[in-house]
Amino acid sequence: MPDRNLSERAEEILAGIWQRRESEEEHPAPADRAGEAPEEAVGELEEKGLVRETSGQLSLTDEGEKEAAAIVRRERLAERLLVDVLNVGKGVATETACKFEHLLRRGIDDEICTLLGHPKVCPHGSPIPPGECCRAGAQEASRVVSALADLLPGQEGVIAYIRGRRRETVQRMMALGAVPGTPIRLLQKSPSYVFQIEQSHVAVDREIARDIYVRLRGRSTVAPPPPTSWLPRPFWGKRHRRGRGRR
Amino acid sequence: MGALDFARGLLARARGCHCDTCPLAAPSKSRRLVLFGSPNVGKSVIFNQLTGVYAVVSNYPGTTVEVARGEARIGDVLLEIVDSPGAYSLAPLSEDERVARDLLADDPPDMVLHVIDAKNLRRALPLTFQLLEAGIPVAVNLNVIDEAERAGLSVDTDRLSADLGVPVVATAAVSGVGMDGLRALVAGEIPVPSDYRVDYPEWIESAIAEIAELLRGDYGLAPRAVALLLLQRDPGTWERVRRANAEAASDIERVVSDAEAQYSHPLAYPIALARRQAAEGAANGAVRGSSRAVKPGFGESVGRLAMHPVAGMLMLAAVLYVGLYLFVGKLGAGVMVDFLEHQVFARYVTPASTHIVERLLPWPTWSKLFVGEYGLITLGLRYAIAIVLPLVGAFFLTFAVLEDSGYLPRLALLVDRFFKRIGLSGRAVIPIVLGLGCDTMATLVTRVLETRRERVIATLLLALAIPCSAQLGVILGLLSRHPLGLAIWGVVILGVFFLSGALAARLLPGETPRFYLEIPPMRWPSLRNVATKTFARLRWYAAEVIPLFLVASIVIWIGELTRLFQLALTVLRPAVNALGLPDAAADAFLFGFFRRDYGAARIFDLARPSEVMSGVPLVVAMVTITLFVPCIAQFLVMIRERGWRTALAVAGLILPFAFGVGFLLNVILLSIGVQI
Repeated sequence: MPDRNLSERAEEILAGIWQRRESEEEHPAPADRAGEAPEEAVGELEEKGLVRETSGQLSLTDEGEKEAAAIVRRERLAERLLVDVLNVGKGVATETACKFEHLLRRGIDDEICTLLGHPKVCPHGSPIPPGECCRAGAQEASRVVSALADLLPGQEGVIAYIRGRRRETVQRMMALGAVPGTPIRLLQKSPSYVFQIEQSHVAVDREIARDIYVRLRGRSTVAPPPPTSWLPRPFWGKRHRRGRGRR
Repeated sequence: MGALDFARGLLARARGCHCDTCPLAAPSKSRRLVLFGSPNVGKSVIFNQLTGVYAVVSNYPGTTVEVARGEARIGDVLLEIVDSPGAYSLAPLSEDERVARDLLADDPPDMVLHVIDAKNLRRALPLTFQLLEAGIPVAVNLNVIDEAERAGLSVDTDRLSADLGVPVVATAAVSGVGMDGLRALVAGEIPVPSDYRVDYPEWIESAIAEIAELLRGDYGLAPRAVALLLLQRDPGTWERVRRANAEAASDIERVVSDAEAQYSHPLAYPIALARRQAAEGAANGAVRGSSRAVKPGFGESVGRLAMHPVAGMLMLAAVLYVGLYLFVGKLGAGVMVDFLEHQVFARYVTPASTHIVERLLPWPTWSKLFVGEYGLITLGLRYAIAIVLPLVGAFFLTFAVLEDSGYLPRLALLVDRFFKRIGLSGRAVIPIVLGLGCDTMATLVTRVLETRRERVIATLLLALAIPCSAQLGVILGLLSRHPLGLAIWGVVILGVFFLSGALAARLLPGETPRFYLEIPPMRWPSLRNVATKTFARLRWYAAEVIPLFLVASIVIWIGELTRLFQLALTVLRPAVNALGLPDAAADAFLFGFFRRDYGAARIFDLARPSEVMSGVPLVVAMVTITLFVPCIAQFLVMIRERGWRTALAVAGLILPFAFGVGFLLNVILLSIGVQI
């Protein structure tokens, strides 16, 4: 599909129509973002054959349908990225995501989608239209980037970023050598998380382990068995198995 | 341990020998060298090697929490060598890091030796950069080079030296490898401050330049370093600037907030990224070979096991049983104390000294000072030498082995989750376990904790529920014959520990602390260090405890003459009786005010002939004296570290609490009719 270089207003109108239809399915009274659509932007959309006007209401053409889905997808992925990874509050996220979405070109959204593990819904619970990558990666369940807390013992990668707004958090990470770009390997996760950076081993609690994001090596989903698997499983270990996270 | 005097001793030694006051030496050159670096890289080993003064060396981060000073003469250069607590950066997160940083800022040394664990060069170099930014002449010491080589790494020191513009020397200080090179380095030419610069992003550089322009006054560190600390919002540096430079502070504030507005994270983040990148560049040039996974040896396997949730707990139980119950309780308190008490003192020292003193001083009032019930020899010396020192010695030995093996940090990660419930992080295990050696020193070690809330809770728990080595030895010695009694004591003390901790965590505002701790490799303890450390601590302890016990005898003697002693006993007796204890126990509590170990030794003495005290009263007495007030030295450290109000509040809380718990325990044990 060619990239359609739509103006920001035009993209907003498309997304608005999509959202209106979504909310009409739930409650009939629409919240209309494309309410006062400026002539110019509507003209642009009509010209490109993305919308048609019937009895004063704008609706999507087949092409428009695809375009709108892509826009909404980018917007909601951006929200997920901001909320999950960058730890931005939900309110701020929506606002930022709207602007952000315009900057995400095709292809990048698939990268983000893969990185986030093909999320199904946005932080507010609205569905994210699936993309190419979601269909292709249906079997490939693991994320490319994951919090250290969600890795399995033995998995390794490179630190992608540190989540955290507080000076102490950032400084603490730096003290531990947990700086983006550094190779890291998770050794164990119960009763505390222990990871290895260079030749040193560091123990941290779950809160800190959740602030360190790791870009995994390769895309393998099969983690090597934990090194101490021959030992009895801890009676409180269940809490920390994978899958409990936010999914 | 002997806490205070250990610190005092080191300081006094340093002061006594300081070049200013030393009339003898007229060396051609003298200089001050500070050993600086991350925790647990071996600064204290190097300090010991260079000065011959023993600073405690262990295998866990945070062994050194105070500054130690010593001196060395190398050729015609007299060096004052300063060992600093470990610090990850110049922007401190905990008190001990602050001590290290202030050491540089308050009185800039002639030279800093940055001690680095050679295995972790990339991690360590950012601190080298910070030292260079501070404008201090720096030399780099790649220590533990033997472990790096075993891990398949070799470092080209010449290349690193050329890249950074600082002298670099590799050592394996524990085995003395490379020490000659290091000596030559620190006694040689003072290196010219390097012009190596980390490239920060352009917008940070311009903020640094602006701030440096605005800064007036002397901060000990170069303006570039101060500017970077201000950008990172280091509270200590901001406070200094506000004090020294009030009018510029608001302009600087504006520059910093403008810079902050340009980045999503605190500025510590982009600054650290730039340093990391520079470190990567320097390390890539100098390090050959890639770190290969070392085949886990025996130590590593044990270390792994110690971190396992189930195996780790079993190992803890084994350590407690063998180290404490068997070694301290059975061997120390049983065999060694028996020998010294019954053989040496009861057979020879006491009768002989009584005989001699009574002949020389035929006046009972005077002879009582030496050989009476509370006499200098028959009580003071006997308690110190025959009871307390063997117990404490056995304990210190167990302890030294644990410290050197690297077990303590593993214990910390094992209990982190439980400690969170009492408002502490797993890191607090280190001061708490050290408290079993000496609560006074452990109170000092609470500096490694990050927040004031944690430090206050740990101080409280140390004063309340952690018996010191002498108490623990006495308790193990007496109760090892009554396992049920020992179990009751253990359950009550653990219960008090966790309940009062949980209560304190509820009452004190603040958030749950974060836990992070470096886990050093599990190492086979070096026999020499274990022996040196145990001996050094025992010597410090003896130097503290013998004079104090002797003074106590004199005080009691005067008290008896003036009848004040009897009066105090009369006041205490009802309280003691309320616990179901015999009158004779009253003086144990009076002694306990003075020193924990003294009170415990008294109970030991009373309970040995079991007709005076046994069974339920013995357990009640043990519980009460464990919880009882901190000793004077501990109280003084509490005041110094936490302030008057906290120290008084803690002590005021503990006294009625200890008696309350003792009273309740007595009532409960009697009403359910426990036979011990």
